[in-house]
Amino acid sequence: MQAATPIPTDVSYLEYKGKYKGIFSWIFSTDHKRIALLYLYSMMVMFLVGVLLGLAMKLELIAPGKTIMEAKDYNAVFTVHGVIMIFMIVVPGLPAVFGNFLLPIMIGAKDVAFPKLNLLSWYIYVLGALLVIASVLFGNGTPDTGWTFYAPYSFKTGTNLLPAIFGAFVLGFSSILTGLNFIVTIHRMRAPGMTWTKMPLFPWTLYGTGWIQLLATPVVGITLVLVSLERIFGIGVFDPALGGDPILYQHLFWIYSHPAVYIMILPAMGAISEIIPTFAQKHVFGYRAIVASTLAIAFVGYFVWGHHMFTAGMSGTAQYTFSLLTFLVAIPSAIKVFNWISTMHQGSIRLETPFYWAASFIFVFMIGGLSGLVLGSLATDVYVHDTAFVVAHFHFIVFGGVGFAFFGAIHYWFPKMFGRMYDKGLANTGWIVFFIGFLALYAPMFYLGMKGMPRRYYDYLPEFHAANILSTLGSWVMAFGLVIILINLFRSAKHGPKADKNPWNGKTLEWTVPSPPPVENFAETPVYGEKDGPYEYQ
Amino acid sequence: MEHTVHQTHDHYDPEASKIGMWLFIFTELLLFGGLFVIYSVYRFLNPEAFHLAAEELNRAIGTINTIILLVSSATIAMATSAIQKNNKRQTLLLMLVTVLLALTFLVNKYFEWGAKFGHGIFPGSEHMIQTMSKGEILFFGLYFIMTGLHALHIIIGMAFIIFVMVLTARGKIHSERFALLENSGLYWHLVDVIWIFLFPLFYLIH
Ligand code: HEM
Ligand SMILES: [Cu+2]
Repeated sequence: MQAATPIPTDVSYLEYKGKYKGIFSWIFSTDHKRIALLYLYSMMVMFLVGVLLGLAMKLELIAPGKTIMEAKDYNAVFTVHGVIMIFMIVVPGLPAVFGNFLLPIMIGAKDVAFPKLNLLSWYIYVLGALLVIASVLFGNGTPDTGWTFYAPYSFKTGTNLLPAIFGAFVLGFSSILTGLNFIVTIHRMRAPGMTWTKMPLFPWTLYGTGWIQLLATPVVGITLVLVSLERIFGIGVFDPALGGDPILYQHLFWIYSHPAVYIMILPAMGAISEIIPTFAQKHVFGYRAIVASTLAIAFVGYFVWGHHMFTAGMSGTAQYTFSLLTFLVAIPSAIKVFNWISTMHQGSIRLETPFYWAASFIFVFMIGGLSGLVLGSLATDVYVHDTAFVVAHFHFIVFGGVGFAFFGAIHYWFPKMFGRMYDKGLANTGWIVFFIGFLALYAPMFYLGMKGMPRRYYDYLPEFHAANILSTLGSWVMAFGLVIILINLFRSAKHGPKADKNPWNGKTLEWTVPSPPPVENFAETPVYGEKDGPYEYQ
Repeated sequence: MEHTVHQTHDHYDPEASKIGMWLFIFTELLLFGGLFVIYSVYRFLNPEAFHLAAEELNRAIGTINTIILLVSSATIAMATSAIQKNNKRQTLLLMLVTVLLALTFLVNKYFEWGAKFGHGIFPGSEHMIQTMSKGEILFFGLYFIMTGLHALHIIIGMAFIIFVMVLTARGKIHSERFALLENSGLYWHLVDVIWIFLFPLFYLIH
C-alpha cells in the first residue's frame, strides 16, 4: 500500500505514526490491529451503557410495584438494553475485536484482504450506534418494542422507533462487511504451507461465522426495511388490516436471529479452543471434530428458527420438525465440550486467569445449553416461553458464554495487544467476584420462570420477591467484579510490567511475533513445513 | 518454522477482489430472496387478487425495460474485454452507453410509477383501501417495494460504473489492473438478473 516509505519492522503498531498525527493516526488507520482497538473502545463505551441499563432494571425489580421507574420506562430500558447488547456487543464483539487483531497474525498475513473496507466497517458500526442513540435522545418516546421489533406493535407504537430499526440495519451491514473481509482473507492470505487442516481453530470459527454473517444478515436487513416502510407508508406486508401477516415477520426475523446466536457463540468457542490447549500445554483433542462441529453448527443453525415461535401459531408438523432439529443442533455443541475437557485430561494445567475464564465458560455454557433443551421441547416450552426462564437461558449462553469468552480472550491476548502484563492477583479476584455475582444474578431466574414469572414486566407477584432480591444483589456483586477487572486492565495497559513475546508458551503464530506486534506483523512471512501445526506441544 | 520467504509490498490481488464481489452479490441475492419469499407466500394465499392486480401493470414498458437492461449487460461485458485490449476510448464509450441505458430505464420507471400514482395507486392511498381487496393492496405494496429497491440498485450500479469510468479515464484502470471494472460489471449483471425475476413475477404470470 504505502510503498513509498518502507514500513519499519521494529516499530510496534502502537508507536508507529504513519501519515497522520494524534487521534487521526487511529481513526484513519487501516492497520487491522488499530481497527481492532477502535472497536474495543467503542464497544466498551456501549457495553457500559448497556450494563447500567441492566442494573437499572434489576433495581426496579428488587421489590414488587414501582421502585424507581414507571412501566413504560421499564419497556424503554429493556428495549435499548437489548438492542445495544445484541447488535452492538455480542454479535460483532469477538470477530471485530479479536478477529481483527488476531486473524491476520494467526494465519501469517500482514493484514486482512481489504484493509480500507475494514476501516469503513468500523465507521458504519459507529453510524449504527449513533442512530440507536439518536432514537433515545430525540423524538417523542424511547423505543419500547423489545430488541425483536415484533409486528404489528413496531409500526403501531408512537415511540421514536425508526432510527433504532435503521441503526440495527446499519449495524448488520457492518457485520456483513467484516464477515466478507474475513472469508476472503482466509481463502487468499494463509501463510505458505498452512493448509486448511493446519489453520488454528479461532480462524476456523471466524470462517464459519463469516458465512453466517453473509447468508443470514441480509434477511433481517430486508425485514427491518419492510417494518420501516410499513411504519412510514403502510404497505401492508405485516399489517393484518391490509392483508399482511405479522407471524411472517417473526419467521423472517428469526431466520436471521437464530443463526445470529451462532454468529455470537462460534468465535467465543474459537477463543476457548485456543486458550485451553495453551494452558493444558497439550495438542487440542479432536481438532477435526471441532472443525466439523463448527461447520455443522453453522449449517444446522439455519433450520431451527421456529423454536422461538412454538406458541405463536404454527402447524403441529412444523412444531415437531423444529423441535427435532433444535435437539440436533445441541449435538455439535456437546462435541466441543467433550473435546475441551479431553484436551485438559492429563495435560499440565497452568491455573492462570484466562484458564479460569475458560473453565467457567464451559460450566455456564453447559447450563445454558441444557436449559435450551428444556425450551426446545414442546411440552416444556409452552409452559416457560416468555418467562424469566428464557431470560436466564440466553444470559447463561450469551453473557455467560460470549461474555466469559470475551473476558478470557482479553486476559489471554492482553500481553500481545498491549505488550504489558496485568496484575494476576487482581485479575483472579475480579474473575471470582464476577462469576459468583453472575450465578446469583441469573440462576434465580430459572426458578422464577418455572414458577411463572413473565419476562418484560416491571412488576411481579409478592411470592416472587425473595428470589428477585437475590438476583438484584447478584447484579451488584457482578458489577463490582467488572469494576475490578476493568480498572486492572486499564491501569496495566499503561503501567503494567513489560510482557515478552510468548508469556504463556503458546504455539500459534501470534506468539512468534514481538509484543506488541510491529505494523506489518512479520518481518518475514512465516512458512509452515510438513511437521508444523498450531498446537504442537511436546 | 522451516524457512521464510520474502513478500512484496503490493497487495493487489484480483482474485481476492473477485471473491469479495461474489460474496457481496450473494448477500444482495438473499436480500431480494427475502422479498421473493414474501411474494410467494402472499401469491399463494391470494391467487385471484394477484391475477387481477397484475392486469393493471403496463406490459409494454416492462418489456422495453427488460430489453434495455439486457443490452446494457452486454455493453458492460464488452467494456471489460475492451480494457483487456487496452482500448481506453472504446471502454469508456461502452460504459457511457451502459449508464445512458440505465438512465433510460429509470425514466421509463418514473413514467410508469407516475401513471400509477395518477390513478391513486400508491402505498397508503385511501383510494386503494376503499376500492381494492386486501390481496390487491398487497400486490401493489410488494410491487412498489421490490421495483423501488431494484431502482435503488440501478442507481447504485450507475454510481459504481461512473466511478470506474473516472478511474479508467485517469489511467488507474488498464489492461493489467481491471478487477474493479470487472466487479462493476458483475454488480450490473446482478441488477439485471434481479429484474429478470421481477419482470415475469409482476408483469407476466397469470
Ligand atoms: C443447545 C443449544 C440451544 C438450544 C437447544 C436453544 C434453544 C432455545 C429456545 C427453544 C429458545 C426459545 C425460548 C422461548 O422463547 O420460549 C431460545 C431462546 C434464546 N436463545 Fe437459545 N438455544 C441454544 C443455544 C443458544 C445459544 C448458543 C445462544 C446465543 C449465543 C442462544 C441465545 C438465545 C436467545 C438470545 C434467546 C432469546 C430470544 C428472545 O426471545 O429474546 N441460545 N433458545
Ligand atoms: Cu434460537
